[in-house]
Amino acid sequence: MMTNPTGRLTQGQFSFLPDLTDAEITLQIEYGLKKGYAWSVEYTDDPHPRNTYWEMFGMPMFDLQDAAGVLMEVKNCRKSFPSHYIRLMAFDSTRGVESIVMSFIVNRPKDEPGFMLERQEMQGRSLRYTTRGYGADKPEGKRY
Amino acid sequence: MSAPSYSIPGVVSAAPTGPVERAADAAASMALVDSGARSVAQVLAQSQVEDVLAELERDLVGLAPVKARIRDIAALLVIDKLRINLGLTSQAPSLHMSFTGNPGTGKTTVAMRMAQILHRLGYVRKGHLVAVTRDDLVGQYIGHTAPKTKEVLKKAMGGVLFIDEAYYLYRPENERDYGQEAIEILLQVMENQRDDLVVILAGYKDRMDTFFQSNPGMSSRIAHHLDFPDYSVDELMQISGKMLGTQNYRFGPGAAEAFDRYLQLRIGQPHFANARSVRNALDRARLRQASRLFAERDRELTRDDLTTIEAQDILASRLFKTE
Repeated sequence: MMTNPTGRLTQGQFSFLPDLTDAEITLQIEYGLKKGYAWSVEYTDDPHPRNTYWEMFGMPMFDLQDAAGVLMEVKNCRKSFPSHYIRLMAFDSTRGVESIVMSFIVNRPKDEPGFMLERQEMQGRSLRYTTRGYGADKPEGKRY
Repeated sequence: MSAPSYSIPGVVSAAPTGPVERAADAAASMALVDSGARSVAQVLAQSQVEDVLAELERDLVGLAPVKARIRDIAALLVIDKLRINLGLTSQAPSLHMSFTGNPGTGKTTVAMRMAQILHRLGYVRKGHLVAVTRDDLVGQYIGHTAPKTKEVLKKAMGGVLFIDEAYYLYRPENERDYGQEAIEILLQVMENQRDDLVVILAGYKDRMDTFFQSNPGMSSRIAHHLDFPDYSVDELMQISGKMLGTQNYRFGPGAAEAFDRYLQLRIGQPHFANARSVRNALDRARLRQASRLFAERDRELTRDDLTTIEAQDILASRLFKTE
């Protein structure tokens, strides 16, 4: 059975599509800015689905008018972490919402081995399951 | 049914990505679209260039060199459009500017307008203005300056970054001053992201000259060095007329002549700040008018009374007493 049919991480928006080009990312950023969202850039090399908090690359960017500023940060982050996962997140500060409303990956390593499903046998015939990234064996910074 | 609703990278069929890419291209380079125009008149008809120029002529008094430069920039835009229509390459010009001049000559006012003008001419995408001074760019401890400057730059992208009193950025007397770091980041962005952002530096002439002397890199990256001339008495009178008009005031009989005489005296005095002095003088005249009307408790005040500045309001100035 194929557990990783696309050979790539599918988290956030657009993750089943081919990677977005910079022009397409710019359009998404523009959309978010028009809605009044604050964009932020985050990166990690441990993309486990339960790893919610990735490392922040600089502060969230409030009060921006144009996508060029956000794209500049994305490019800086790509330069610093060329083979990490990098995602863009949009924060909606509307009272009552106050959470991330958009999130998509803008950079990924060349080779994505995916995750394995580990089965732990328990008493009787019961099983415990856990997912573990194939890349997560190595220490941080050397994974991809 | 067997075909997945997503496409797997590497085996993508070309069809679905077409329109997305085309939309992205159109957004990325609005100016590069062939509009079919072949003459200046046709381009002018399609754009707002002439409105912008007419408005500028109407709203700003004097400032001939500044208006001439804006007209040049507008002309370049029109010619660039024509070049693009014929398939010739055209590069976005460097639009970083420095405004130098005495106090009150309209540097800040023009900078505020410039963002709007450049937006309507199609040189900047958003047309907002971010006005900053040294405090907003330079941090207080090591490692504070770079993020602070970058944050301001990011906010200004797509518009105009206006640095007032820019000479304060460089403090030669303190070699460990963080201002130099802010200048370096500025220079880098000014060079690399010329089409994302226009930087305008403003300051008094003599101090800006020393600033540029000690930062030759900054001077050479700024294409437009505009010098704001002092206003003549006639221009100051026009300005005062406009200022009063926007506040719903007008000069009464003899008041305009009195104000003319006031200006002639005031120009010779120290600390004369052109339009700013005019505004202050008018504000004082309004105060005197108010207390004059205040004194007449029982009079019914008409619209005329409330909007007219009389000659006596101006002649009460301290300047006339020294004559």
